[in-house]
Amino acid sequence: MNVELVQGFYGAYGGRYVPETLVPALDELEGGWSEVKDDPGFRTELEGLHATYVGRPTPLYRAERVGAGKSIYLKREDLCHTGAHKINNALGQALIARRLGKQRIVAETGAGQHGVAAATVCARFGMECVVYMGSEDMERQKPNVERMHLLGAEVRPVEFGTRTLKEATSEAIRDWITNVETTHYMIGSCVGPHPYPELVRELQSVIGHEAREQILAAEGRLPDAVVACVGGGSNAIGLFAGFLDDEQVRLVGVEAAGAASLGSGRPGVLHGARSSLLADEDGQIADAHSISAGLDYPGVGPEHAFLRDTGRAEYLAATDEEALTAFHLLAEREGIIPALEPAHALVRALDLDAEVVLVGLSGRGDKDLATVLSR
Amino acid sequence: MKRLSVYLMAGRETPELAEAAVAGGADLLEIGFPFSDPLADGPVIRLAGERALAEGMRTGACLECLADVRARVDVPLIPMTYASILEAYGYERFQADTEQAGATSLIVADLPLEAAPELRRVQLVAPTTPDERIKLAAERTDGWLYLVSLTGTTGARATVSEQLAGLVERARGVTAVPLLAGFGISTPEQAAAAAALADGIVVGSRAVEIAHENDAGALREYVASLRSAVDAAQPAVA
Repeated sequence: MNVELVQGFYGAYGGRYVPETLVPALDELEGGWSEVKDDPGFRTELEGLHATYVGRPTPLYRAERVGAGKSIYLKREDLCHTGAHKINNALGQALIARRLGKQRIVAETGAGQHGVAAATVCARFGMECVVYMGSEDMERQKPNVERMHLLGAEVRPVEFGTRTLKEATSEAIRDWITNVETTHYMIGSCVGPHPYPELVRELQSVIGHEAREQILAAEGRLPDAVVACVGGGSNAIGLFAGFLDDEQVRLVGVEAAGAASLGSGRPGVLHGARSSLLADEDGQIADAHSISAGLDYPGVGPEHAFLRDTGRAEYLAATDEEALTAFHLLAEREGIIPALEPAHALVRALDLDAEVVLVGLSGRGDKDLATVLSR
Repeated sequence: MKRLSVYLMAGRETPELAEAAVAGGADLLEIGFPFSDPLADGPVIRLAGERALAEGMRTGACLECLADVRARVDVPLIPMTYASILEAYGYERFQADTEQAGATSLIVADLPLEAAPELRRVQLVAPTTPDERIKLAAERTDGWLYLVSLTGTTGARATVSEQLAGLVERARGVTAVPLLAGFGISTPEQAAAAAALADGIVVGSRAVEIAHENDAGALREYVASLRSAVDAAQPAVA
């Protein structure tokens, strides 16, 4: 199945809903992106850094001691440099920003993983880095704030509204509006105005392409289902990208029950794109609630909304308690401490009616220890 | 004569404030329909939006407010809001119902030119907008063009943006529609400086702040001070 992008829309979702100031910058980014995406020089540089800096390909690991009666495979993005899949996107965007001559990067972060990835690549390429983070998230993800500081980034607390990812994203976009001539907005997920959803998906698709080859090598066949957690949805869209054309493979996204933009959302506009959102009947955006800061977001990438409507992917939910149970299970049985985000994916992977299940383990759980130990 | 537009957030006090603004000399009023996540707005209007939502100013209440304002003043009235509100309410229905309540046009801060082309509205252009795009915006705009005088969000600044003169010049080169400059204009001195360049000005954050911290009388005086400044503005010598 091909997902065709028509003028920045996936079906009825996507597009550009931004103040006029940003439109020329989005045109410039789209131009830069279309130049590099098929440029062998860019590919070579990106793949070289994947191998030597990020640690790709990441392993596909069969978790034999969980999921009795089925084969659970974990795509180990937690083993990427910086501890999550976010680096794949940050690295690619840093290379694009450099080509566009932008020396200053702004980013938003929820769990802090994208903020750390952005700070990391900015250190690597000598760019200035400003990360917006909700003050509540700074509290619950303290180690990542400290890491960003060590990497030379400035972390600006966002003190209004929900004090989480939604407000941090708005504030990063406002910074971009103000400093658009010098600044690249390094968005962390497959959300935002066109071309971001496409760009982020392409930069994350390395996860799915590697995983497909690896599962074929391990099992001699495709998995019955591919399962990933969905906040904004970048690790899921990257993993799904490897299997979209394999119609026999079920694609399952797992949202936090208190932040189920796809499961219980409605069409609306947030952060520059039309998608499925947690919003009230007047279009006011609702608050999301999740134990996992990375899933605590009332929106989702437009391509996911499209995949839901077409039926190609299905979206389920997991509660905070279920995620915690899966978190402990993986730690105790497999010696892998997952981030709380992919623990949601593991919950539904374990009870899915499928034999061979491939799960996106999008990040490691060090950042969540304080949250988990306080429960 | 140069035009003076004043922005007020929809709320319980708004009809009285609107009357005061017009008494002070406003030619045009923009009425903010609050949105939870206003990307184009700085802290003052963001906070005013939060207060309005807390007092229940959802779309239905905003339409009532608009009709109440219309009952008190005769100047053009323009609701200013964000796309999410129209998505939920329906674009056509929003246009029809705001018109029914007395609106003369619309401004949607996050609907660029290409989005919802059938929705008649005042288009915005910014210092980053290329000339061809300004021309297209002028062709599609409803009556006048809103010049975003700076790269940034709404809110008072120390001086009028240096980017405004260039934007006015580029816009004059491609269109004859009236140009009103907004964003970052708050004092009478700034109003005079911006009005010397453009065909009029828009004042938002400072008016909202004064209306919130004082009363309708203070707003009237403030608008009157802007009126005098705008009327005294001399065309900038090239």
